[in-house]
Amino acid sequence: MTIDTAKAPAETGHQEPSPGTMMRKRVFSHWGFMIGAFVLIAIFLMALLAPYISPGDPFDQVLSRKLIPPIWSDSVKATWDHPLGTDHLGRDYMTRLFYGARISLLIGFGAMLISGIIGTTLGVLAGYYGGRVDMVVNFIITTRLSMPVVLVALAVVSIVGSSLTVVVWVLGLLIWDRFAVVMRSATQQVRALDFVTSAQALGCSTPRILLTEVMPNITNHLIVIATLEMAHAILLEAALSFLGLGVQPPEPSWGLMISEAKGMIFFDPWLITIPGLALFALVLSINLLGDGIRDVTAPENRN
Amino acid sequence: MLYYTLKRLGVAVLVAITVSVLSFSMIYLSGDPAVALAGEGASNEDIENVRRVYGFDRPIILQYGSWLVQALQGNLGHSNYLKAPVASVIFERLPTTMLLGACSLAFALLLAIPLGVVAAIRPNSIIDRIALSIAVVGQAMPSFWFALTLILWFGITWRLLPITGTDSWKNFIMPSMALGYYLTPAVMRLTRAGMLEVLSSDYIRTARAKGLRPMTVLFKHALRNAIIPVVSLAAVQFGFMLGGSIVIETIFAINGLGYLAWESIQRADLPMMQAIVLVLSIFYILLTFLADMLNAFLDPRIRVA
Repeated sequence: MTIDTAKAPAETGHQEPSPGTMMRKRVFSHWGFMIGAFVLIAIFLMALLAPYISPGDPFDQVLSRKLIPPIWSDSVKATWDHPLGTDHLGRDYMTRLFYGARISLLIGFGAMLISGIIGTTLGVLAGYYGGRVDMVVNFIITTRLSMPVVLVALAVVSIVGSSLTVVVWVLGLLIWDRFAVVMRSATQQVRALDFVTSAQALGCSTPRILLTEVMPNITNHLIVIATLEMAHAILLEAALSFLGLGVQPPEPSWGLMISEAKGMIFFDPWLITIPGLALFALVLSINLLGDGIRDVTAPENRN
Repeated sequence: MLYYTLKRLGVAVLVAITVSVLSFSMIYLSGDPAVALAGEGASNEDIENVRRVYGFDRPIILQYGSWLVQALQGNLGHSNYLKAPVASVIFERLPTTMLLGACSLAFALLLAIPLGVVAAIRPNSIIDRIALSIAVVGQAMPSFWFALTLILWFGITWRLLPITGTDSWKNFIMPSMALGYYLTPAVMRLTRAGMLEVLSSDYIRTARAKGLRPMTVLFKHALRNAIIPVVSLAAVQFGFMLGGSIVIETIFAINGLGYLAWESIQRADLPMMQAIVLVLSIFYILLTFLADMLNAFLDPRIRVA
């Protein structure tokens, strides 16, 4: 015996659309979200498929073909063999750009994950327990905020020695503050709600309450901060690499590419413009996506 | 107010002590600081010598204690590269960075506050959307790339501004823009949100009903109240900017604290790095403390809580 549920809404005719439909509608009509998602997916595919779609090898130096300008320049040297030209060592710039996306995404994601775990743990504990725990966590946050991120990251990387792993860890250990601040206030709001009280009354253990009652209700905020911090980490990595203390040559990091090109700003400024635009597009798309997620999941907070 | 001040001061001092411990322990990240200071190719004797001279053979607590006592007396150590006391070098460079920070802050506020106000007067209008777009774009631009782009246009293509040094006020225009623009989105959003809230309040309606001129209502009644959170944000961001100036000063060859920090990192000048981190952190702690005090003074509700 089956009940024909499929027919029911059709009969009433003017029924409210389901929450899922509403959500999809909001997602597809949100310009920022769509643009952000589209660009980010494009860059992600670029990074993922780099070995298959690049015109060359990111490390191959051909000194006889150095500093070829990109295809849109008037120069006779421009060639379709190197659509974005070559750098001062004759390496294909488009290939290095594609491979550079891997490094930016990897560092951004890794640092976001580490800082997310630290910040969320601190923030949720402070928000849930309040009192002394809150005081201690607040103190840790204040201390962290008072230390200049770029300077401390540079100093630590220079002392420990720089590699991809070190950069990810240093950034991850430094930028958890916003996670902690936002998760703390979000947890404070959820803690006061009835379902948490009833879970406590039922005798649920604290880890269980935190994981199954509190966490699902603050995930929206978590995702928004995660996007912001990923963008933040990507910008910081680029700045570290630009100053020569992040990703080391010959790896193709976008920040490092700009740094290597800064001596050629007088005659070959496109060497700076191209990786800069790539960084800009990546960070912008992540921020747009984050703003979009915030608007779509909590439309009442929009202004 | 006294209780609040004391409480806040106590926290500030505790944070300062913690930061001092952290920047002190920074030199231990390399493993053995004596080896790092002696440099490459140093013999075991040299290393032992360095260890004795710098006191690395003593217990760590003692080392920290004497370092702290010295620091409180204004002696932040001796730079083994510049062969000069760290404190005097830092205070020689500090004014340049402060000037750069002040110019950047001024640039950011002069751009962001009017934009925020205009955006709040007509929410969701074209102007509002343009202002919001500026904020979104600003947040995504890497500062060093923005700085190089400025150099490319204003310095090289149009030859309007000098690209390095600190000889005249013109040298500060591009660095201030490059350092300050990053702050504009936050200030603009905060001004806009504050103005939106204030403009819909009862006393503004009363002021308008009294027949005051719209400009008087906007600037004398609304902006004054909406600007309070912006003041404390600006103070906090000023501290962040001093930390961020390392990138901008390196690009424009401005002989300030940031450039000094970068040089010290290149030379592995540990005492100098330590001291710069400490000085900038203490400065930030002071700024946030002052911002909190100012806020409590302007808004009595904070004092009681």
